[in-house]
Amino acid sequence: MDIFIDQFFNIDIMRQSLPLMMSGLWMTLKLCSAVILLGLIGGLFVALGNMSERRWLRWISIAYTDLFRALPPLVLLIFIYAGLPFAGVNISPFYAVVIAFLLNNSSYYAEVYRAGLISVAKGQWEAAQSTGLSTVQTLAHVVLPQAIRNVLPDLLSNTVEVVKLTSLASVISLSELLYNAGMARSVTYNASPLVLAALIYLVLLWPLVRLVSHFQRRLAA
Amino acid sequence: MANRPMLEVVALEKRFGTTTVLKKIDLKVSQGELVFVIGPSGSGKSTMLRCCNRLEEPTSGDIIVNGRNIMAGTRRDLDRMRLQIGMVFQGFHLYPHMSVLKNVTLAQRKALKRSKAEADARAMDMLEQVGLAHKADAYPGELSGGQQQRVAIARSLALDPKVMLFDEPTSALDPELVGSVLKVMKDLKSKGMTMVVVSHEMGFARETADRVIFMDGGVVVEEGTPDELFGNPKADRTRAFLSRVSG
Repeated sequence: MDIFIDQFFNIDIMRQSLPLMMSGLWMTLKLCSAVILLGLIGGLFVALGNMSERRWLRWISIAYTDLFRALPPLVLLIFIYAGLPFAGVNISPFYAVVIAFLLNNSSYYAEVYRAGLISVAKGQWEAAQSTGLSTVQTLAHVVLPQAIRNVLPDLLSNTVEVVKLTSLASVISLSELLYNAGMARSVTYNASPLVLAALIYLVLLWPLVRLVSHFQRRLAA
Repeated sequence: MANRPMLEVVALEKRFGTTTVLKKIDLKVSQGELVFVIGPSGSGKSTMLRCCNRLEEPTSGDIIVNGRNIMAGTRRDLDRMRLQIGMVFQGFHLYPHMSVLKNVTLAQRKALKRSKAEADARAMDMLEQVGLAHKADAYPGELSGGQQQRVAIARSLALDPKVMLFDEPTSALDPELVGSVLKVMKDLKSKGMTMVVVSHEMGFARETADRVIFMDGGVVVEEGTPDELFGNPKADRTRAFLSRVSG
């Protein structure tokens, strides 16, 4: 029992590693904000492309979402970070992660938006258009607010996945939360920093997971 | 009542794939006139109405509203022309995430660029006219079907349209709620609104319509005053249809 507490819940070790963990958390938060924000915006445009009347735009959108949902994000990341330099394209670890996960994540967001857009009755479009609203105004004021409300749990779920996904960045030595925890583990020769990292992820994500359930129940009611 | 045509449908054709739904329809509606369109389902009457503001894209033909051809011009021209063409749907299609007041002010603000104060005042006038000023802060889900439809009418009227199109406005309503919507439409007619109504409310047609049009198979089979068309239909198809619906 002592060895269990000493190895996993060693308060001294945790305190020592705290500065490193906080800087890792900061990096994780920066990654998340970039990937989530850009993903939400990019995904919307991909979804709108998918709903377009122009066939070529629909095809591009479908090809995009199919490709980047099928490709494992880690493969994409390593290719961008370690593969592209062979073609003379060097990208910093931070931007490699942002680009790789954005491609992956925006295609998932796009599918969620698409489901939301389809869920809004055609009559809503017709009513808005018949009152002289432009396509953009119809989307902004009538269709999107309803679409997003209908798929809010799925948008949130996907966001939780993004936060978890960023831990893969440790593979290319980007000093985010998990990578720094690993560093602290090898320096202190103690696993408590890993437990601390897990706890931080939990604190970050548990409220979001709760919120997803809450919205799901509200939508079902 | 001036004789100037407010809405003119010229050689309107609509095909879905290889099926021709409308065959060279011509229709003139004068200012202040109420034209009532009847016909069996699949006769093309709703499609014809929906072509009048290009919710349905005509295959060929012209739609002239208040002297301007809405088939010519850009998408922005069309958006502007649609302000002059009010439309009321069978399914109401109020925006469920907005209060009644916001439903009636949205297009005033965004398409007509009216100020909030102006749009609110206009909306309250229109809600008053349809007898629902006291429901301004309610949400569509809290209203009966008849009330929702009257709000939808107010939403269109607030934009000062020149023509109002009604696509089976009472077909989705419980029988006891139909009267309130028809009353609003009757008021509108007495105020001189130009109206085209697709509906099965024959009693309303007899009482208020200036002209009744019978459509079948994508063509106008027969038209005349309510007395002529209901009292003494000439075409066999009209007679057969009328005996079926009054049956």
